[in-house]
Amino acid sequence: MIAYILRRVAYAVPILIGVNLLTFWLFFFVNSPDDMARMQLGTKHVTQAAVEQWKRERGYDRPLLWNGGETGWRRFTDTIFYEKSLRLFVFDFGISDSDNRDIGYDIRQRMGPSLAIQIPGLLAGLAVDLSLALLVVFFRGTYLDVWAVVLCVVLISISGLFYIIAGQFLAGKLLRWVPISGFGAGWVSIKFIILPVAIGVIAGIGSGVRINRTFFLEELGRDFVRTARAKGLDERRVMIRHVLRNALIPILTGVVVVLPSLFLGCLVTESFFGIPGLGSYTINAIAAQDFAIVRAMVFLGSVLYILGLLLTDISYTLADPRIRLG
Amino acid sequence: MEWFSAFWRRPLAGLSLLATLGIGGCGGAPWNDPYPAADSHKNIYYDSFAERPKHLDPALSYVENEAEFLAQIYEPPLQYHFLKRPYQLEPLTLTEMPRPQYRDADGAPLPDDAPVGAIATTVYRFHLRPGILYQPHPAFARDAAGRYRYQSLMAADLDGVRTLADFRETGTRELAADDYVYQIKRLVHPGRPSPIAALMSQYIVGLKELGERMAADYQAMKAGPAAAAFFDLRKYDFAGARVVDRYTWEITIRGKYPQFLFWQAMTFFAPVPWEADRFYSQPGMAERNLTLDWFPVGTGPYMLTENNPNRRMVLDRNPNFRGEVYPSEGEPGDAAAGLLADAGKRIPFVDRAVYSLEPEQIPYWSKFLQGYYDTSGISSDNFDQAVQFTGRGDMVLTDEMRARGLKLLTAISASTSYIGFNMKDPVVGGDGERARLLRRAIAIAVDFEEYINIFANGRGVPAQGPLPPGLFGYRKGEAGINHYVYDWVDGRPRRKPLSEAKRLLAQAGYANGIDADTGRPLVLYFDTTATGPGAKAVVDWWRKQFAKLNIQLVIRDSDFNRFQEKVRKGTAQIFQWGWNADYPDPENFFFLLFGPNGKVEHEGENTANYVNPEFDRLFDRMKNMDNGPERQALIDQMTEIARRDGPWLWGMHPVGFSLHHAWYHNAKPNLMARNTLKYKRIDVELRARLRAEWNRPVLWPMFVVAAIFILSLLPAVLVYRRKQQAAALERTAA
Repeated sequence: MIAYILRRVAYAVPILIGVNLLTFWLFFFVNSPDDMARMQLGTKHVTQAAVEQWKRERGYDRPLLWNGGETGWRRFTDTIFYEKSLRLFVFDFGISDSDNRDIGYDIRQRMGPSLAIQIPGLLAGLAVDLSLALLVVFFRGTYLDVWAVVLCVVLISISGLFYIIAGQFLAGKLLRWVPISGFGAGWVSIKFIILPVAIGVIAGIGSGVRINRTFFLEELGRDFVRTARAKGLDERRVMIRHVLRNALIPILTGVVVVLPSLFLGCLVTESFFGIPGLGSYTINAIAAQDFAIVRAMVFLGSVLYILGLLLTDISYTLADPRIRLG
Repeated sequence: MEWFSAFWRRPLAGLSLLATLGIGGCGGAPWNDPYPAADSHKNIYYDSFAERPKHLDPALSYVENEAEFLAQIYEPPLQYHFLKRPYQLEPLTLTEMPRPQYRDADGAPLPDDAPVGAIATTVYRFHLRPGILYQPHPAFARDAAGRYRYQSLMAADLDGVRTLADFRETGTRELAADDYVYQIKRLVHPGRPSPIAALMSQYIVGLKELGERMAADYQAMKAGPAAAAFFDLRKYDFAGARVVDRYTWEITIRGKYPQFLFWQAMTFFAPVPWEADRFYSQPGMAERNLTLDWFPVGTGPYMLTENNPNRRMVLDRNPNFRGEVYPSEGEPGDAAAGLLADAGKRIPFVDRAVYSLEPEQIPYWSKFLQGYYDTSGISSDNFDQAVQFTGRGDMVLTDEMRARGLKLLTAISASTSYIGFNMKDPVVGGDGERARLLRRAIAIAVDFEEYINIFANGRGVPAQGPLPPGLFGYRKGEAGINHYVYDWVDGRPRRKPLSEAKRLLAQAGYANGIDADTGRPLVLYFDTTATGPGAKAVVDWWRKQFAKLNIQLVIRDSDFNRFQEKVRKGTAQIFQWGWNADYPDPENFFFLLFGPNGKVEHEGENTANYVNPEFDRLFDRMKNMDNGPERQALIDQMTEIARRDGPWLWGMHPVGFSLHHAWYHNAKPNLMARNTLKYKRIDVELRARLRAEWNRPVLWPMFVVAAIFILSLLPAVLVYRRKQQAAALERTAA
């Protein structure tokens, strides 16, 4: 397995370089270093000299990818791409363009709030989705099953933003159960987490129940389920020991792959609830044209995604002894 | 169903316990209170910010949302009187207002009424009030031997340090004239030049040369072994700013520039102690985001004790603040409005100010109505809920808002939102009569009164020229109307009829929107950043205005960068722009039309690239004059020239609306001063009572939901039991 992991890590390097190149190209296709400077300097009393100074201070006065004015390796190394993007491979995220803050520090600070929403959301969502899916499967072929599927489709069709606004209106404004938005330190944060987590769970019920129902139905038709019933096992044991356990592989695929990306938070939820996580960090950076943060977050996202895929593969071997990684 | 309930019983119980702990942990406070219950009776002011500040260094910050914090912490020499109007400067840290001393080219003193042409330099002497102390800060901490405790740190010394609070010792020292001069040098710091560096270099004698000298030394230092060392500005002297003694300093500027004193009320000229600069320049500080840009050090009534721009920022009362008293004079009506009730009392009133990040409007507005913010603006989305029109067209609060005891304040902002014609454009620009008539016809046709009603909920005043109301030079009534666009009818301005616009258009050679020279329809181009479906209504409205004259308007929408680039390069034809006053002086608006300030050729703020030699000549005379009849006469002439040439559609002056709760006192709009937190007073007990009253949780839906949940499970339980008890044959049959 170690050889497999090392091989996957090696594969990740060209993927990350590609992602970096693509991000770099896309960003500078839309913005020039001059645009970035003017965005940060504001609109009042901005001179070209000030723009040049801003670029010089942050190393954006170099050519983008190729420095024809240099010789040897410096033609490649004395460029914005080399200076800014390749450092990421040692997780040196550098300083933000808009407010000169250490990006690594900010990322570490903001991971906590993102995880505070994402982990309970994932666990509660999983619990609710699996329970409801099992329940629906229990009533398979009945009107309850049909209406449950219809309801799932309706829930999927509603925009996530609607759940947030309706949830804030209902639970925060009308019923006054929880704060509408905000975040706190330590245990105080629980009262701020309840609403976004609940909204996340409800918003995910439609898709979660449908997909898990499919997994369960697939297992339900297998021979070993019929055998279990023939042996006289009651429905509880059949469902939990045989159906749920054997449906774990596809469920794991969906869960483990998102585990690392939980660190990155949710863009919309964090923005609406004023949660200081990495989702809102990314959105603010895009709005402020802060390339330093954008590239750091894209890189981090890519690393975590690759890590998620690797963890998924490993988790297969744990869930199903027949699978071997070679 | 036992399997189902058994499977999830424990996790659900845990979750409900968690929820109870979370909500119930608030004690007696409302469940939806976003603040700690222990704070509900404390003297705290609650506000919000939508966008995280980028700079809190007084040399770098030039944005409104940053000034809201900075102005409470740093103290420039002067401030605006809180209540008096027109806006009036007064000493803040000084013993008296500085008086200009004019000098000729040989340095000989000139009388106060010396002609502008004779004045080579002006010297301002500032006398500092003794005994002003900085806030407690580790940069000032000293050991028993008097040595600085934290000024020679190595990176390893900062292990475990994450915030300023991790430094156990703090100190202070008295504010000195050196600190003001030090900050002026910081404006041209080679590593982080101020946005006003270029502007101030034009005025302050020797500042530009100082910047060049320092830049050369800075580059040399960065290239050498001491690249990370503290770049000490104290060793640089220059003629433009000089320390006379511990409490006195002088600034020498070129020529006569009376507006310079307004700059002395801005935080660009607030003192910064060199100790702070050196403290933050030590290795390891920047990596922990411990910089002057994030942790200011000032002498003001408040100090920043929590700076988490991702969540909240907290200002606490500065224990070393010398104390000021609430003003005892204002303008007529202030006493009746209760604004002088605190006259003579020591300020600041509020112990702490908590600003929470609130990027979205909906939660922000809801929390304001719940009493969790003390004051709020009104967005377009909430306007109808907050404000209604009376039969006479006045705007008043709705019954719902009045029932909550809310108060509404309005003020015409010292800003202007205009539509610029690029005067370099061959069709709409230039000094020719044809283009002038075309611009005038458009000015009549574009109905800004309608624009204000539709898109600004009536929150604006149609502009009659570049000057907004409230500034010296602005004329009210009939004398103040733009008679090229308006007639004075029944005691108010009325836009000229469309027929007049059509007549002018025909006179310009575009009868019925057809170019007489080419026989083709007249097509004009409007550049805007308004994009997407949300902007469709505005864009359609603009097309409709030009269509009144049968002019085809092509909308060229682009992102902010491209839009700015077009204006900068002069490739936009018609565009929307605005200006927010730096200070309350007509010079700060008329310079937007001053030829040598053109955007394309001089990188200035004259976005229309308007050039009129007569206007420029009058501006040169007007800008340095003291307010008086002679200056008013020049302003009248300049206004007339600008109206006649019409390089802008004058647009509108926005009217700011703000709401505040009944417990919030001493609210008076002051569009120039930012350091107004010290005047605010909160009736804490009233706030706590009303918050509790407004936020009682509605519990019955909880029980209803639980009942529905249980009832809906019941059939499932019954079916499950029936299935479990059924015979195998029957089950198979089923």
